[in-house]
Amino acid sequence: MSATKQILINSLPRVEGCDFHPDWVDEIKINKSAVDRRISSLGGRRTVKKKWQAAWLLKAISCIDLTTLSGDDTAGRVKRLCAKARYPVRPDILLALGFEDMQLTTGAVCVYHEMVETAVAALKGSGIPVAAVSTGFPAGLAPLETRLAEIRASVAAGAEEIDIVISRRYVLTGNWRALYDEVKAYREACGDAHMKAILATGQLGSITKVAKASMVCMMAGSDFIKTSTGMEGVNATLPVSLVMIRMIREFYAKTGQKVGYKPAGGIGTAKLALQYLTLIKEELGDEWLSPHMFRFGASSLLGDIERQLEHFVTGRYSAANRHSMG
Amino acid sequence: MNISEIFETMSYGPAPEQSDYVHDWLKSHSKGFKLYIGGKWVKAKSSDSFMESHNPATGEYLAKFSVAGADDVDRAVKAAAKAFPEWSGLAGHERAKYLYTLARLIQKTSRFISVLETLDNGKPIRESRDIDIPLVARHFYYHAGWAQLMDQELPDQEALGVVGQVIPWNFPLLMMAWKIAPAIAAGNCVVLKPAEYTSLTALYFAELCEEAGIPPGVVNIVTGAGDTGAQIVNHPDIAKIAFTGSTGVGRYIREATAGSGKKLTLELGGKSPYIVFEDADIDGAVEGLVDAIWFNQGQVCCAGSRLLVEEGIADRLIEKVKARLNKFRVGDPLDKTIDMGAIVDPIQLERITTLVNKGADEGAEVWQPDVSRPDKGCFYLPTLITNVSPSNIVVREEIFGPVLTVMTFRTLQEAADLANNTRFGLASSVWSENINRALEIASMIKAGVVWVNSTNQFDAACGFGGYRESGFGREGGKEGMYEYLKPAGEWDSDKGNLIRSPKATGQNPVGLGIDRTAKNYVGGKQARPDGGNTRLILTHDGNVAGRVGDGNRKDIRNAVEAAFKNPGWSSATAHNRAQVIYYIAENLSYRENEVVGQLMSHTGVTKKAAKAEFDMSVSRLFSYAAWADKYDGLVHTPPVKNVALAVHEPNGIMGIVCPDVMPLLSFISLLAPAIAMGNRTVVIPSERYPLLATDFYQILETSDVPAGVVNIVTGDREELAQVMARHDQLDAIWYHGSSEGSQMVEKESAANLKRTWVNDGRARDWMSVHGEGRRFLREATQVKNIWLPYGD
Repeated sequence: MSATKQILINSLPRVEGCDFHPDWVDEIKINKSAVDRRISSLGGRRTVKKKWQAAWLLKAISCIDLTTLSGDDTAGRVKRLCAKARYPVRPDILLALGFEDMQLTTGAVCVYHEMVETAVAALKGSGIPVAAVSTGFPAGLAPLETRLAEIRASVAAGAEEIDIVISRRYVLTGNWRALYDEVKAYREACGDAHMKAILATGQLGSITKVAKASMVCMMAGSDFIKTSTGMEGVNATLPVSLVMIRMIREFYAKTGQKVGYKPAGGIGTAKLALQYLTLIKEELGDEWLSPHMFRFGASSLLGDIERQLEHFVTGRYSAANRHSMG
Repeated sequence: MNISEIFETMSYGPAPEQSDYVHDWLKSHSKGFKLYIGGKWVKAKSSDSFMESHNPATGEYLAKFSVAGADDVDRAVKAAAKAFPEWSGLAGHERAKYLYTLARLIQKTSRFISVLETLDNGKPIRESRDIDIPLVARHFYYHAGWAQLMDQELPDQEALGVVGQVIPWNFPLLMMAWKIAPAIAAGNCVVLKPAEYTSLTALYFAELCEEAGIPPGVVNIVTGAGDTGAQIVNHPDIAKIAFTGSTGVGRYIREATAGSGKKLTLELGGKSPYIVFEDADIDGAVEGLVDAIWFNQGQVCCAGSRLLVEEGIADRLIEKVKARLNKFRVGDPLDKTIDMGAIVDPIQLERITTLVNKGADEGAEVWQPDVSRPDKGCFYLPTLITNVSPSNIVVREEIFGPVLTVMTFRTLQEAADLANNTRFGLASSVWSENINRALEIASMIKAGVVWVNSTNQFDAACGFGGYRESGFGREGGKEGMYEYLKPAGEWDSDKGNLIRSPKATGQNPVGLGIDRTAKNYVGGKQARPDGGNTRLILTHDGNVAGRVGDGNRKDIRNAVEAAFKNPGWSSATAHNRAQVIYYIAENLSYRENEVVGQLMSHTGVTKKAAKAEFDMSVSRLFSYAAWADKYDGLVHTPPVKNVALAVHEPNGIMGIVCPDVMPLLSFISLLAPAIAMGNRTVVIPSERYPLLATDFYQILETSDVPAGVVNIVTGDREELAQVMARHDQLDAIWYHGSSEGSQMVEKESAANLKRTWVNDGRARDWMSVHGEGRRFLREATQVKNIWLPYGD
């Protein structure tokens, strides 16, 4: 099976979600210090070295939502990013790894709505989906109708994935029903596009709130839950990820539905990416270790992984300018 | 497997820790390790034979080391004794510098030590690298601090002398640090024997001592097996034995050292409960279990080996534990991608297997995950045992392996009852998101440590040690320092403690009035002695002073029963206890003339002396009423996001045997601190002058002392003391009598390992500063550390 074939996530059925169960929210208990201890010992319990490390890093690349979300994005910038998504690693390195026939690409390219058409055109034929951040990203405080219209427009423009932001105020005030209704409305607006619900965990105040918001977003039919916009003071962390993926596990146990996970923001090193993959493997299982079920929201991660791969191949420490810009 | 295949399977590969440089070091010692005595490496005198150390994961031979015999141990003790005057005489700052150097050296060589420890012991490199060795360094840093601050913070305390230390194989270097660091910080010199399975890191530490320039004789490392340990335990010139290991050996040491005057710290076995309430973070609790019972292959004295789970969530929790175990990786301890390494030795593996099989024969359901383990080497899979009750052998006995038993409970009270339904009392874990519930059960569990929403947390600042048959004494914290110190001039060895009866003159009872019949005082009532006999009590000059009950074993039994049935005093507020003790003082003061007269006529002292004893007695009651609400615990802040509450808890039920000298003051000096701290007591007053105590009944009766708090049985001191020492419901015993009696009390207390405090035939000056204070309060309490991690 080639890496490219794996990436066609829209061939998977969407997560249906379920009715709103307030008791599923109320019963959630999270002990922060226990979460922190699990994370602090995990790095010592699991590691991958040598060719295992190289293979895992290639997997990490296949799970990257290569992202640009900047006010100064232009068509030229987005095209360059898309080119990088198609060819994330230098061919000679792939050859040395015996990976040249695997058609390695990133998991998706992630842009604002205005850049969707450009990205779709640039990625044509690659099978790489375009993800659009939406619903008044990053704050999510545009009028509801505007937010819903933004989703529809991005889908119409060819986005196969929509990264929505939730209204943090519903979480902070414990208005879970309102959050459920909001996310459900977003889901309907997505049509066939897959929806990732961004929790903005850095703004939710406590790890228990993160867990509860995760559960509500899954009940409302999110295909993925995602930590952050990348714009909050604190973005993805391993402890927050542990709590969110345990909620994914819990939701699966309750409904039989498998929800994907996307940590975003702050994941800039190969080493950290490996820790995330380990966490997913240990707490959710191998099935989640694919772009169908797991993505990194990252812009600088790829560069570090490329350098590590070259080091694995040559034994020499690499330099940034030896790898193509995205 | 090529990279593309790994990409598809996302499997783990081998990730071995490098160990060649450690093997090089072992090769450089291929002739065998000698003994480290008096700062030199010396050949064992007693024997040319060596013992061997093997890697339990592979069976590979690692090294051979000497076996110290009686002569060698004696030489080590002499070396330590020789070093002691200078070492203990150093300024605290000088000793602090040495300990600091050791701490730094351990950090500088930490990877080497970690690898060596894992090779020798079989524990995962993650644990030796991330837990054991950092704690070793932390222990030396922390105790460098005590050496520095001793003059200010531990005034009037002095080092003991030569300390013998015998340590186990489960945390070889960490247990060594727990022993050596406080001992030498306090100014003692040590003779330490590492366990024969795991001697190598201690020998490496000896090399670090050389490098640090530790003066010769301050640290002596003698290797060998049980016989060597016995030589240390029985050596007459050793002032203290500190032992960590099995309860069986601990009991032997208690008996062997009885009457020797050796101070003793025992850190023994456990069968620690791990309690999960339905409002817990269940995923957190499951991962906690991994750290509780599958840490160090379960070879941990404080391992949470009994899971107690609220019935409603039991199935869910067990399912999650099984799911977690199905991801377990058991294998090469030097691999950085494993959860569990090797059992220390084939003998231990055999023991675990046998116990689990016995449990299964008794009806237990044994489950192990479907995970791989190496074909050879000492490996045992993590094991979950259900369908058991407290009567099953796997629930009762310490298995010291990766074996968890599961039982359910319905209520908090039932959880506490099950938790305490054991002879042990070392540690416990409590999982609940409700702080009220967690602290409520923390107060109910009889154990030296309670970890709330966590497990197996250790720090040098937090004392560690057990209740009940898990031993006595604490390691770590200030309380751990006291274990290696004694108050200067505490005992007055020249003076006697007991007073013989003179020949009876046949004179009439002293004093006038209606005849009074002194009985025993049990459960708040005066009770006729079971045997129906009385004893004639004479005054100092042979006149008849009166008669008291001649108590027997059944009177002691009844007294203990009364104390057992009235636990309320132990949980009464300190203010409440203070009020009662003030009231006793008040009521005693009304009777000054009568009591002073009695002291004069019974004991023959002058009026001035009698008045002084009386005044001091009233003052002493005031002191302990004052102390009742002031002997507070501490709040530790270990270097994690945590607070640890070091709570002073009463021993429980205490036996007190009083001396004859100053029969009123010594009686009050022993009784008052015990009850001030919340103990219930059974007191044997002075055998010679018991009437001072029996007259006290009326004062107790009029002072709101609840029934069962003070029980008094008169009679033959040694006979009654022996019954108390043999009573398994008593938690502690204070004995002030003869040397022989002291030995008897220590020896007989070995069965249930009750705490003892004996005078070894020496006297105490009850009128001096040694007659009251913190020394007594420490002996009347035990420290429970409640760890409270926080975060949201």
